[in-house]
Amino acid sequence: MEFSRNLVINASTDHLAEVREFTGRHAEQAGLNRKAISELQLAVDEACTNIIKHAYNYDQRQKVIITADPTGDGIRITLRHEGRPFDPELYSKPDLRQQISRKKRGGVGVWLMETLMDRVEFVRKAEYNEIHLIKHRQSSERDPE
Amino acid sequence: MKNFQIQHRKEGDIDILELHGELDAHTASHLEEWFKKLLELKRSSIIVNCNDLEYIASAGLGVFMAYIEDLRELGGDIKLTNMNGKVYDIFNLLGFPALYDIVDDERDALKLYSDGPQAGK
Repeated sequence: MEFSRNLVINASTDHLAEVREFTGRHAEQAGLNRKAISELQLAVDEACTNIIKHAYNYDQRQKVIITADPTGDGIRITLRHEGRPFDPELYSKPDLRQQISRKKRGGVGVWLMETLMDRVEFVRKAEYNEIHLIKHRQSSERDPE
Repeated sequence: MKNFQIQHRKEGDIDILELHGELDAHTASHLEEWFKKLLELKRSSIIVNCNDLEYIASAGLGVFMAYIEDLRELGGDIKLTNMNGKVYDIFNLLGFPALYDIVDDERDALKLYSDGPQAGK
């Protein structure tokens, strides 16, 4: 069965469950296993949450366009937005002990995306920005650190 | 919030929150309200039962990160129980098991509270 390749949502966290469902359907169709599907759903959720929060500052009139493309060996999910781009270089693995002692909670999303995906690309164009999340059917085993 | 619910019970001085459904950036505020409310009431010993928690994103993890210090300063803690493997993997990836008590079930968590006032972490 064919599903629409695109999902367009307003920039509200209200739509995250729908985004995960869209991702899950396409990942399943692309032949990913259950664990890989869950990891992709989380990465797409984190990317979408970051766009809503940081690129659009919760402006619900703005749109996020999510596209699923099967690749030869898996799937690529593209999230396009016209908000502020964010710099992935600023993120590293969060130091949990330090974060909780400072009562901080941020900075985890991008690290999770990069850890769970085979490839993450942040693309800046004149008119829009994109995040590409690529997951293979046979992912290499995760390096624990 | 149809895809996330919290049920609350008391066991003496301990508050037990049962999480049901999906904890993401949309539903995390619901859990945050509970932690805030319990802090205001100075009820700091909390067990979070994750038996029916099907999904967690970083916004959900963030709520546990943001409140644990305040609760521990009051002599309490957050102890997590009954996690499924998928949810545990995410907590584990971020290093939670070194800093939070994550145990099999509520009975283990209650025992930790009765053995000592606070996790030695």
